[in-house]
Amino acid sequence: MAKTALQFRHNGRDVAIFVDGGTNLLVALRELIGDMTPKFGCGQGGCGACSVLIDGDLHLSCLTLAESVAGRSVETLDGIKDGPNLHPLQRAFAENFAAQCGYCTPGMLMAAKALLDRNPQPSRAEVVEAISGNICRCTGYEPIINAVLAAASGGRARA
Amino acid sequence: MPVTVRTFTSSGEAAAALSSDRGARYFGGGTLVMRALNEGDISISTIVRASDQALMRIDASGPRVTIGAGVTFARILAERELAFLHAPARSVGGPAVRNMGTVGGNLFAPNPYGDFTVALLALDAVVSVQGGFGVRDVPIEEFLQSRERQAGTLVLAVSCQKPLSADAFRYRKITRIKPKGGSVITLAAHLPVSSGRVLGARIALGSMAPVQIRAKAAERALEGRPLDASTIAAAASAAVEGTSPTDNALASGWYRREIVGVHLRRLLSGHE
Repeated sequence: MAKTALQFRHNGRDVAIFVDGGTNLLVALRELIGDMTPKFGCGQGGCGACSVLIDGDLHLSCLTLAESVAGRSVETLDGIKDGPNLHPLQRAFAENFAAQCGYCTPGMLMAAKALLDRNPQPSRAEVVEAISGNICRCTGYEPIINAVLAAASGGRARA
Repeated sequence: MPVTVRTFTSSGEAAAALSSDRGARYFGGGTLVMRALNEGDISISTIVRASDQALMRIDASGPRVTIGAGVTFARILAERELAFLHAPARSVGGPAVRNMGTVGGNLFAPNPYGDFTVALLALDAVVSVQGGFGVRDVPIEEFLQSRERQAGTLVLAVSCQKPLSADAFRYRKITRIKPKGGSVITLAAHLPVSSGRVLGARIALGSMAPVQIRAKAAERALEGRPLDASTIAAAASAAVEGTSPTDNALASGWYRREIVGVHLRRLLSGHE
């Protein structure tokens, strides 16, 4: 079966790849582009470990048809830091012990970024809602919620 | 296994492609079909997509609203005119799923999903479908009862009347975890009131049968009566009639039968 040419922006950089029909975006990012920050968790849309931003909106890359991002902008955790400097959300996660095993962290950070990009000063309830599609089996969520609130209250999260 | 992806600019062409290929599935938001592909569903050989903007249209200016099948739950939540549908839209998945999942796709979502469809069933929605014989409107109850045979048709839009007041439409999803969780049961009630009496009550249930169903015995208990404690008690005791819930990881069928009346009573009483 013929492969399809696909072009899109990946973390601000134009990329072009060939994908098999039905390839999901997570596979395209990890196996064809080499961006290993989105994680494979469940493949069913249940865990949020593969979360990315597409044109600024939070999506699950495991359920996104790779061909559907043609001409669009895909942002992953790999693209949110500024050179060697961590993104304020990453710093807040580190300072608030919001990562233990770390597997959910990329998805959590992208879900948090999607929230803070639109709502720089969210309430606690809004943070809980924003990460409600992301499962963490280590932290009990409280350190993650605190980290997002800390990043927001620092007024630095829209970097 | 790779599949063929066919993208069309018109819904008519997409519908023709869908009806002519037994292995074709329509790809809306991806939350059902991509999941099936990820699980290795070899019955899907072709994905059909449509970029027709008509599928993305919302017409909510009048008393009757029409929502294109490709409209996401996030868009419904952003539409002030659709405030009566915000609770069911918000109950679907997390933010990412709401950015992806569509109204049309929800019509096909199996238990314990398909919560938005429960709301549409209580609102007596009409489903516009395009198949081999052109476009036709199908009452949602009829659509759901024949859902297994609808794979070759393309849903274009759903439409329903707006409730006359905020109190006339009520929705409740029972989950084991909050704010996001699969449905233990989902309930929606449309309760038009005229001269103090309920006229044309509609009560819909999710996760109480293989597809979303109406609680017709409970509707009959409400019909023509004031929405008082005795009427509500009669409706609640009739809620289980005609249901056939099954066991899944969230709850047993027995438990669902036990609690459906309790939650219907709370819904009708306005209790949180």
